[in-house]
Amino acid sequence: MDNALTLLSFGAEGWGDEIAYGTFITISLALATLPLGLVMGFFLALARQSDEPSLQTSANIYITIFRGLPELLTLFIVYFGFPIGLNLIVHDLLGYEIIDVSSFLAGMIALGVVFSAYASEVFTSAFKGISQGQYEGGYALGLSNFSTMRLIILPQLIRLSLPGLSNLWLILLKETALVSAIGLTDILRSSGIAARVSKELFLFFGVAFLIYLVLSIISSLGIVAIERWSKRGEGLR
Amino acid sequence: MSPSENTGVVEFFERPPPQAKKWSKARILGIILLGLWIAAGLGLIYYLFAAYTQEFADKYALKFLRGIWVTFQIVGLSLIFGALLSFPVALGRLSKNRLIGGIAFGYSYLMRGTPLLAQTYLVYYGLGSFNKELQAIGLWWFFRDAFNCVVLIFTLNTAAYQAEILRGAIENVEKGQTEAGQALGIPKLVIFWKIVLPQALITALRPYGNEIILMIKGSAIASLVTVFDLMGETRRAYSRSFDFQTYIWAAILYLSVVETLRRLWDKFENYLTRHLQRDSE
Repeated sequence: MDNALTLLSFGAEGWGDEIAYGTFITISLALATLPLGLVMGFFLALARQSDEPSLQTSANIYITIFRGLPELLTLFIVYFGFPIGLNLIVHDLLGYEIIDVSSFLAGMIALGVVFSAYASEVFTSAFKGISQGQYEGGYALGLSNFSTMRLIILPQLIRLSLPGLSNLWLILLKETALVSAIGLTDILRSSGIAARVSKELFLFFGVAFLIYLVLSIISSLGIVAIERWSKRGEGLR
Repeated sequence: MSPSENTGVVEFFERPPPQAKKWSKARILGIILLGLWIAAGLGLIYYLFAAYTQEFADKYALKFLRGIWVTFQIVGLSLIFGALLSFPVALGRLSKNRLIGGIAFGYSYLMRGTPLLAQTYLVYYGLGSFNKELQAIGLWWFFRDAFNCVVLIFTLNTAAYQAEILRGAIENVEKGQTEAGQALGIPKLVIFWKIVLPQALITALRPYGNEIILMIKGSAIASLVTVFDLMGETRRAYSRSFDFQTYIWAAILYLSVVETLRRLWDKFENYLTRHLQRDSE
């Protein structure tokens, strides 16, 4: 038991600080991916909502591809394929230095793309929950399309899509574990290194498991609070 | 003519010509995006043709097929065992006994609140490090093989998700159905088995389909613990050939498997719920 505590301590002998850094990386990756995925997902949903068939088809192709591919494969394709494609343009055509895509950026792009495909589904069904009269109300008040969206539709849309989005956040948090496969020292990789060096595999992978569990519990509590906040205007039922 | 000069004569105006379909911003954007997709698709086909060599096909085509078979095995076994295990868990979640309910909830939360990859590492590397103890109780043969570990943890994982699907579906069946059964004097078990469960399973069809697809996608994780499923074969082929087309082929294979399955499942669902559909006339 003492041995385990020494191994987990912060400092030269313990792995606590490395794992804490890994936790920081995991949380920042998830937080950096979230806005990217949300914004792209919103625009995808808008494209699916539009009357223009070509716009709908483009959005549907995107969603079909990124919902059908395993996240791990998307990650590898972005991590290995992006530099190839990028250097084809940057190095061969423009003659600049070769760019290296960091594993953090690759993780952010891959997870963001997958997140946006799922988020667009949530937003699409939330759009369906807003009646046509809301748009007409905005038109009657002389608001521009953009103002109608910002002042009337978006506030309702956020409330309707919160349950779906909070579910996606929990999934995103868990999917960040995949970036350990492309060498980003997140929770799983830092504890994996600790496990192999110290030969205490069960201890360290157990710690990683528990950290993810704690992050999920904290997220769930946060989500409950946000949902209560979003319903504050609905009054007591 | 100004409005003040009211002559009482109704003037007829030419009807304006029908509006030509405008090149709105959305239309321009949509056509550009669609053009980009078409270009990307053509580029991909060109790339695959250019990169194709007989040597590559001879070397890896069969391995890819074997990989798909391993993926199917992992997913199939986990889903079946998971479905069996999900029944007691779902019943536990529905139970009024707080201890049983608590245990079932804890299990389900533990499995759904942590990444599948962390669970897989914990079982394969973590439990695997107790090889002496496992040898002593005669279970080492099971945990020595990565395939078994992966099926075990995928089963435990999908059982938790399937239990939630089942619980939600059972709770969704109207209470009146149970009460009607009670009024007819039907035993409790028969009410559950013959009245509640069939109706619950129909609402559970869609989430079950999603779960199958999630499992196929999630099974790619098995490649990280030395199992040579489709993803594992892809990674091995890439590490030997450094040819990026391995990943493209894997993407095409995964996408076609998932899309085919999704469409088949939709058909299956339509078939099973055909008595609930109204004629669209």
